[in-house]
Amino acid sequence: MTMFQVRLHGRGGQGVVTAAEMLSIAAFLEGRHAQAFPNFGSERMGAPVVSFCRIDDKPIRLREPILEPDAVIVQDVTLLGAVPVFQGLKPKGYVLVNSTKTLKELGLADALDKMPTGHVRVVGATELAVRHVGRPVPNAALLGAFAGVTGLLHFASVEAAIRDKFKGAVGDGNVKAARAAFDDVAVPA
Amino acid sequence: MLKQIEGSRAVAEAVALCRPEVICAYPITPQTHIVEACGEFVKTGQLQNCEYVNVESEFAALSVAIGASAAGARTYTATASQGLLFMAEAVYNASGLGLPIVMTLGNRAIGAPINIWNDHSDAMSMRDAGWIMLFAETNQEALDLHIQAFRLAEQLSCPIMVCMDGFILTHAYERLEIPDQAAVDAFLPPFVPRQALDPADPYSIGAMVGPEAFTEVRYLAHDKQLQALEVIPEIHQSFKEQFGRESGGLFHTYQVEGAATVVVTMGSLAGTLKDAVDELAQEGPQVGVISLSCYRPFPRTELRHALEHARRVIVVEKAVAPGAGGVVSMDLRMALQGVDCYVKTVIAGLGGRPVTSPSLQSMLRRALKGELADLHFLDLNRGMVDRELARQRRGIATGPVAENLLKDAATHGAD
Repeated sequence: MTMFQVRLHGRGGQGVVTAAEMLSIAAFLEGRHAQAFPNFGSERMGAPVVSFCRIDDKPIRLREPILEPDAVIVQDVTLLGAVPVFQGLKPKGYVLVNSTKTLKELGLADALDKMPTGHVRVVGATELAVRHVGRPVPNAALLGAFAGVTGLLHFASVEAAIRDKFKGAVGDGNVKAARAAFDDVAVPA
Repeated sequence: MLKQIEGSRAVAEAVALCRPEVICAYPITPQTHIVEACGEFVKTGQLQNCEYVNVESEFAALSVAIGASAAGARTYTATASQGLLFMAEAVYNASGLGLPIVMTLGNRAIGAPINIWNDHSDAMSMRDAGWIMLFAETNQEALDLHIQAFRLAEQLSCPIMVCMDGFILTHAYERLEIPDQAAVDAFLPPFVPRQALDPADPYSIGAMVGPEAFTEVRYLAHDKQLQALEVIPEIHQSFKEQFGRESGGLFHTYQVEGAATVVVTMGSLAGTLKDAVDELAQEGPQVGVISLSCYRPFPRTELRHALEHARRVIVVEKAVAPGAGGVVSMDLRMALQGVDCYVKTVIAGLGGRPVTSPSLQSMLRRALKGELADLHFLDLNRGMVDRELARQRRGIATGPVAENLLKDAATHGAD
């Protein structure tokens, strides 16, 4: 593979940094090189947060922020319009948005209509997290959806990465949320 | 064992494998996750026979480290940024007394203005304090350098600062090889102190020395650094034999053979630079890269040898000496006296400004055309600077610069 770069947008408290770390662990478990890092800043609840993950078959030397992502994950739709979340997104890239609304209702249909079919998906990750984890933390569910949409990772790796970060019942709940999102995106939108 | 792990945590694991007997920490910002993880290891018993001392300031952290080391204990601490400045007096004491303390510096900018992000200003502020200063290019090297640092420090009885870029390395999750305990034990012998306080056989460490011997004490400190230039390559080789990988040494060279233009840098910037010069080589000549893993002592002769065929040397450094230029460049110019080449200084990545491959390539294209100024600030927002200078020319009471520039950025964006 050539290097695959993911940029994650969310707000402080939504596990944006943890999501990138879990993504890197999942890729590592598949024998790949992966580099996850936050957009460095003083972390505050609710403030916009960006994190990054690079995945490659060879060691990664590059240390710049991801300028041209292959995939963008938006954990919080209130960032749309406030932060240029799709900046630099590759034309054949992927987009995952955490929402129960449609792309059209979100006002994204026109902006993303050139993207390949199936590359842009909306997932109700917060609702899945509330149902399975009991807390509105959408990160694990979005990773499940990411594996489903991109085919870059096996679900088993995502599950193992989630369990690496979250033990016991919290881990179980997050895995269930991720599985539900993975199954959800398997059905064409 | 291969692990996908955060840089800070990996360093904590490496430190624990070195069996320190005292770890002092002031775990409040600016700090890294390293001491947090060390504390956890002591509590869970993963790290045994180690006293973890929570102190009340950075000054206390290094002072307790000095006491512990003087008592003959293998001692570790970590800091960053303003924390290093606050321990400044103790920094000089540790080296002046010749105590083999190992300290991680998670490199960050120094205020004012307040800025928590990465650059090398903190390390540069202590560059002449008599510590050996090692810089890690990657997290694997950061981890490995800590294991080497204890051996080097104890062999020479000299404190060592292991510098790793704050956030860029300390907060990055990557695939790293964590050595096993037996291999580290084989590489790092138990600490036999050159001096240790012992009530049964008393002597003083830290006697007052007047003009009759002060110069000689300082000369010996200089000589110790020169000895390090011999010992570091030996430890590098021995590490390679024990662990099967290259880490540390005096500096790393990349595509330097035959290159007329060579970029010299320190720390994690080297990775992005290597990608940048490789991409640039598709349209022009191959530019070489040297990254210093040892900054103090400065490997003057070795660098001169490595650069003797270069015609253009560009030093990309993450700190600025206002009114003078670049600090690493000054050292390098001294090393290259008489060599037929010029040395240009590029100041980059201050206060966490991302250093991108496109920016580096555009700077290198200018350098290859001979258009680079002697002192160049990468990605400097000239408009922002000029507007502030214009304000200052118009009046005297123009207000705080930081505030003015933040307002300017809000008005003009990043143009």
